[in-house]
Amino acid sequence: MSKEYETVIGLEVHVELATKTKIFCGCSTAFGGEPNTHTCPVCTGMPGSLPVLNKQVLKYAIAVGLATNCEITRFSQFDRKNYFYPDNPQNYQISQLYMPICRDGHVEIENEAGETKKVRIHEIHMEEDAGKLTHDDFYDCTLVDYNRSGVPLIEIVSEPDMRSAEEVISYLETLRTTISYLGASDCKLNEGSMRADVNISVRPVGEKAFGTRTEMKNLNSFRAITHAIEGERARQIDLLESGEKVVQETRRWDDIKGESYPMRSKEDAQDYRYFPDPDLPPIEVSDELLEEIRAAKPEMRPEKMKRYKDEYDIPEYDIGIITSNKHLADLFEETTDVCKQPKKVSNWIMGEILRLMKETETDPENLVFSPENLAKLILLVEQKVINNNMAKSIFEKMFSEDFDPEKYVEEHGLKTVADDGALRKCIEQVLIDNPKSVEDFKAGKDKAIGFLVGQTMKAMKGKADPSAVNEMLRELMK
Amino acid sequence: MSILDYSALELSKEIKAGNIGVAEATKAVLDHINNTDKNINAFITVADERALQKAESLQKQLAEYRGKEAELSPLFGVPFAVKDNICVKNMRTTCASKILGNFVPTYDATVVSRLESAGAVIIGKTNMDEFAMGSTSETSAFGITKNPADTDCVPGGSSGGSAAAIASGMAYGALGSDTGGSIRQPASYCGVVGLKPTYGRVSRYGLIAYGSSLDQIGPMGKNVEDVAAILDIIAGHDKNDATSADLEGGCFADACVEDVKGLKIGIPKGYFAEGLDGKVKETVLAAAKTLEEKGAIIEEFDLGFEEYAIPAYYTIASAEASSNLERFDGIKYGYRTKEFNGLHNMYKKTRSEGFGPEVKRRIMLGSFVLSSGYYDAYYLKALKVRALIKEAFDRAFEKYDVILGPVAPTTAPKIGTSLTDPLKMYLGDIYTISANLCGIPAISVPCGSDDSGMPIGLQLMGKMFDEKTLIRTAYTFEKARV
Repeated sequence: MSKEYETVIGLEVHVELATKTKIFCGCSTAFGGEPNTHTCPVCTGMPGSLPVLNKQVLKYAIAVGLATNCEITRFSQFDRKNYFYPDNPQNYQISQLYMPICRDGHVEIENEAGETKKVRIHEIHMEEDAGKLTHDDFYDCTLVDYNRSGVPLIEIVSEPDMRSAEEVISYLETLRTTISYLGASDCKLNEGSMRADVNISVRPVGEKAFGTRTEMKNLNSFRAITHAIEGERARQIDLLESGEKVVQETRRWDDIKGESYPMRSKEDAQDYRYFPDPDLPPIEVSDELLEEIRAAKPEMRPEKMKRYKDEYDIPEYDIGIITSNKHLADLFEETTDVCKQPKKVSNWIMGEILRLMKETETDPENLVFSPENLAKLILLVEQKVINNNMAKSIFEKMFSEDFDPEKYVEEHGLKTVADDGALRKCIEQVLIDNPKSVEDFKAGKDKAIGFLVGQTMKAMKGKADPSAVNEMLRELMK
Repeated sequence: MSILDYSALELSKEIKAGNIGVAEATKAVLDHINNTDKNINAFITVADERALQKAESLQKQLAEYRGKEAELSPLFGVPFAVKDNICVKNMRTTCASKILGNFVPTYDATVVSRLESAGAVIIGKTNMDEFAMGSTSETSAFGITKNPADTDCVPGGSSGGSAAAIASGMAYGALGSDTGGSIRQPASYCGVVGLKPTYGRVSRYGLIAYGSSLDQIGPMGKNVEDVAAILDIIAGHDKNDATSADLEGGCFADACVEDVKGLKIGIPKGYFAEGLDGKVKETVLAAAKTLEEKGAIIEEFDLGFEEYAIPAYYTIASAEASSNLERFDGIKYGYRTKEFNGLHNMYKKTRSEGFGPEVKRRIMLGSFVLSSGYYDAYYLKALKVRALIKEAFDRAFEKYDVILGPVAPTTAPKIGTSLTDPLKMYLGDIYTISANLCGIPAISVPCGSDDSGMPIGLQLMGKMFDEKTLIRTAYTFEKARV
């Protein structure tokens, strides 16, 4: 009879900050670019160059700290982490070990039982990213690109407070929403702007002491994280059940094979010889700076959800979906501002927009149509200038290419024909052409009218209001 | 009087008056280097072509300023030398090390662009101890620099090339760097003036770092006025150096006035105890007497913590150096070993072959004091000692405007006598390193010579950012000696 085991999980989450320039120089942080074009003497470690802190990095780090209930370290510093590797041009990474900028925070997550749970944050520190190595098989050499060298990161270190993959995902989603609401990062796992290393151990239920933990790296999707946690839990339990020991080590998860293998164990752990970076003066966070950051804090998701509930008559489920992403919420608000139809806007988002986003794998921040044009489209339907089906087909085009739907309807002659005479003529012809259906309707088969509406719409090339068609059909068949 | 005998300020005046051409002065210096430097070896690189081109363009600029020459900098047209650990764009910069033997910077150090915009002609890069680690300029991978006063003796270090170049008329002024005395001690050994400014007064951007919290670029020259004029050009806040001070310095040249009346000068008793050469002691105390005669109030006092300065300094400087020198790895620039087997073997061979023994000694020492388990006992303790030394100086400066002492325990030693006993060599830094640990400014000004004619320097230390009082005191002394 095997024991019941509990999984204990803590996370180290790296988040790339959304600054325009790097953490210690003026180079661009833009993604892509020819290798080594976003570089200068500082981020390539040229002799004699010196780092100067980008103030925006500090502001973002503090904003994230405040939003996660951390204490802000009023007097902090940068430390050098020394290790030799070619992606690191100075052979030391500028990071924070002794005095991280934020400490002792927590976020509230919802676990699988629907309960609210606190996950404590041990610290948040600022650091620089490294360059990128590429192996060139043709020349059999390794090339280095320093475009990413010096891109600002924060590392959010949690306490080992999570007990399941679901809690981990909930924690990451909470962080992602919080940080993207602050505008501090877009937090994309697949593009590497949010990366999570998972520390995991197991212990028999009821046991107080932690088991030996391993650290799992290379997790670039929620799916991979879930699989890695389940896989590692099973591996550790197997070891313990067969009387073996878990070795403290760093493991790399291979999501395709669905297994992990060791990268390095604690025995060959490096001594990073951390010490305060003498090139960067200590950081003093003034009351004024804290106040400035507090004052600039945007409306966060919980407040937004509450406000939507109070202001708009839309379902709670929809509110949850719309506010789950800042860009989606912005789209909702900006469109509603123009058309004053919150319910309709919400329906559009929940229906067509999410459907097309899913089909085309488009992220909310990459939507091309403007809120103004969506609002115009909604108003065109409201004013019965076009019908709903026409609006949907126009929107499918707008989804890939932003344009003014008013002009489009005008130019393509898509307005609903409001002229009763023309509609009456058309319906009369439909009734003549479909005597069987007319007969059925008169015999009490109310369903037959649907077919007749369809035939009329077809004959009108969609430019009729279906409810008006329905009404007139009934009138003429009396 | 030869062109070479002018001071920097005098030469610029003659140039502006049209009596001497910029190219004429530059050629005179280059010819002199050509004739003399094979005996002295003050330069690692002489950039004759570049210097002559610059001289031509300055001459044209001068023509445009006819009638309003006063608007040009007081050092316009003057040939200068730059220590070889300060980056000059497109000019080889080696730190006197094999590992940077082929390194050509892609950018100018802030001090270099400031000097050049002021109309200075940079004639070349001066020899030094490898990575500024040494007190004799003997650890250079480009040969030993000799003392112009006696070529059997060292010029001091690490800015020995800059000091020797000025002393032998091969440059009108030079930039040096001072981490533990590297400007002041060679200035003292060669009989020139050298100033280590307050930490943060002069931008370090482009100075290849040795001990980042101690390093400071400073001027070296034939006299105090020249040094003040160079400081005026290179000082000031730089957005590229987060440790550079954002405050107004005022005009240092204006501080060259003969007035020390009522100035309170403290003499630390500990600086005149065991270990100090008798003749040096006598000469420095005579200098104090001269200042007293000019109206200064001289008083002896107990400074405290003198014996802890050297261990604290070598711990901190080596720790920072071990990290600063990690970037020299054969990957991006500089020397790479010819044959290797994998990445780590490449690192190991490149660094083993590229660094000299003194540099390796300090990298090892620094790596050790930062390593896990020893950090608290060595590095952190050294920081605490540094704070105590700073407090001792703060207390002293509550009473005194200036602290006076020797620069070095002896005059320049003979070549080949220092490196055999590194510990003894380190002890020679006893009077200079405190200024670096505390960040305060200090100047070395010639005050006499020993029985064999080797120069002796007088050291004056001042309060943070109070270079002006140092300049005034040194200037008064210099004038009183003549």
